[in-house]
Amino acid sequence: MTRIDDTFARLGAEGKKAFVAYIMAGDPDPAISLEIMKGLPAAGVDIIELGVPFTDPMADGPTIQLAGQRALDAGQTLDGTLAMVRAFRETDQTTPIVLMGYYNPIYSKGVEQFLAEATEAGIDGLIIVDLPPEEDPELCLPARAAGLDFIRLATPTTDDKRLPKVVTNTSGFVYYVSITGITGAADAVASDVGPAVARIKAASGLPVVVGFGIKTPEAAADIASVADGAVVGSAIVERIGRGDAPADILAFVKSLADGAHRA
Amino acid sequence: MPDDLLNSFMTGPDENGRFGDFGGRFVSETLMPLILDLEAEYERAKTDQSFWDDMEDLWTHYVGRPSPMYFAPRLTERLGGAKIYLKRDELNHTGAHKINNVLGQILLARRMGKTRIIAETGAGQHGVATATVCARFGLKCVVYMGAHDVERQAPNVFRMRLLGAEVVPVTSGRGTLKDAMNDALRDWVTNVRDTFYCIGTVAGPHPYPAMVRDFQSIIGREAKAQLLELEGRLPDTIVACIGGGSNAMGLFYPFLDDKEVRIIGVEAGGKGVNEKMEHCASLTGGRPGVLHGNRTYLLQDEDGQILEGFSISAGLDYPGIGPEHSWLHDIGRAEYVAITDTEALAAFQLCCETEGIIPALEPSHALAHVAKIAPELPGDHILCMNMCGRGDKDIFTVAKALGVEMEAGG
Repeated sequence: MTRIDDTFARLGAEGKKAFVAYIMAGDPDPAISLEIMKGLPAAGVDIIELGVPFTDPMADGPTIQLAGQRALDAGQTLDGTLAMVRAFRETDQTTPIVLMGYYNPIYSKGVEQFLAEATEAGIDGLIIVDLPPEEDPELCLPARAAGLDFIRLATPTTDDKRLPKVVTNTSGFVYYVSITGITGAADAVASDVGPAVARIKAASGLPVVVGFGIKTPEAAADIASVADGAVVGSAIVERIGRGDAPADILAFVKSLADGAHRA
Repeated sequence: MPDDLLNSFMTGPDENGRFGDFGGRFVSETLMPLILDLEAEYERAKTDQSFWDDMEDLWTHYVGRPSPMYFAPRLTERLGGAKIYLKRDELNHTGAHKINNVLGQILLARRMGKTRIIAETGAGQHGVATATVCARFGLKCVVYMGAHDVERQAPNVFRMRLLGAEVVPVTSGRGTLKDAMNDALRDWVTNVRDTFYCIGTVAGPHPYPAMVRDFQSIIGREAKAQLLELEGRLPDTIVACIGGGSNAMGLFYPFLDDKEVRIIGVEAGGKGVNEKMEHCASLTGGRPGVLHGNRTYLLQDEDGQILEGFSISAGLDYPGIGPEHSWLHDIGRAEYVAITDTEALAAFQLCCETEGIIPALEPSHALAHVAKIAPELPGDHILCMNMCGRGDKDIFTVAKALGVEMEAGG
């Protein structure tokens, strides 16, 4: 059992939905970012999505893009992100960590080298936005062979014809992107999301969490009620960006987690 | 050159959109169904004679093709070596080669029932061409342009607005072409149902690099036929400038299997290709990476973060290059060199003085390399350069670089 499988098994036993929180590694600087990350499990976060900064985040809105820029300006690198995970694992061996980002920093380091370092650091899964199933030999298949989950994004444009291809070679869970658009844009609507989640669960046999466009505890509860979990990113990152104290950010995260767990 | 390994250099890309290891489809899942639809429609259009009849008609009566193949006598005399021909694609409607490709993509968009066209632009030439063809067909047009480029290419911004396009200044990053492309992609993932993304160069996810090349290949096909008629043989050397590389692919592609023809691509060397990276020479000073949907040579740091290029020419200011060029570079079928801003400016002036042609800053880079190699070549050496754009849009930039004070409209 992987940490991700354990987490969904535990939540299932408790009758709870998963709350997944996204932060950008190194935002606004490495020290504060690690402090926030270390506080996430106690705030009720079941799975941590850790953003890997990239100069050209084509699927992200301005909030995440600026977070990446802040992190890069503060000197964050892929090596720095891996070091952050190692530091987190010194005190937390159970919370799953999924790296989310774009392919080029990994390609630049070299896939084999990256996978060796990522597994050693205690990373559980990868979400790489610009690697669709058509490019599985690049990273998905080697990552699976190395024991990492490769978590796929499914979107409203993923029709029945395409869905089997999207869920092939995926593991851990499936991330349903609730809107056509970029992170932090339009609001997700539970009545649209429910049927899509059911379709993806049936095709994949995996838990389905939903993200993009969830900004409040109410929305987290609403979406989690029709899925296996809810992901919040931009709303948290926005508070980091405006310089809120880590304690205040974690209090907001707790309100979101409570919302999702209420569902 | 691996002559024995390949029967033809013209068979790419493969079914996965690869030219060797380059190219591919590195896009988010939201876009995958769209680019697969586009690929299927393009495959149908390619073999549909009525599609090419429409293209031919527009090329002839709207764009003004074929563009002339012009022997440049005073330039040839001044340089004192090779016989220099200019392929006059700057005489096209809208002043550059860009419209060759835009026509093809807009006809495809119409076939697909798309009603809203988006585009990115650097120098503004692709934006103007897209706005023009959208006006011609009554389609809504939105052009993403880096805020920095909006400033340095003001005349083209006004042109696009006159043509009814909405020009969106992009402030993310350093506000240049790369950032405009990011924002165009963001628009596309948001407006997937009615929107067609008209990419201006031979980059992006498959099928764009192949499709744009095919539309631009009219340049090389004409050049080949014209030189055969004028000289009774193929040129010895062909030269074109490269940002993303669409005018160059258009000229090069029909000559790829004519192995006696030397092919040279000229990148923007900015302030010089060195460790300071103040240039846009992806092949000369970059390494392979993945950006904007394809694997290709990129300007990037050790961490795989993309660097902002630098060039006096907004049209060459892009940190990547079309994947087919990366492949041609690696297998050695084409040579790639870099020309600095200073060298390009000198060539710009040389062309004005000797031929009465004001070139765009982009082909001025190609011309600067021609000026370097022509003197060493014999008088019977035929050298053909693609004059891919006219310089009207650049006169303010050039004036500033030459220290001349000039007021717009003065």
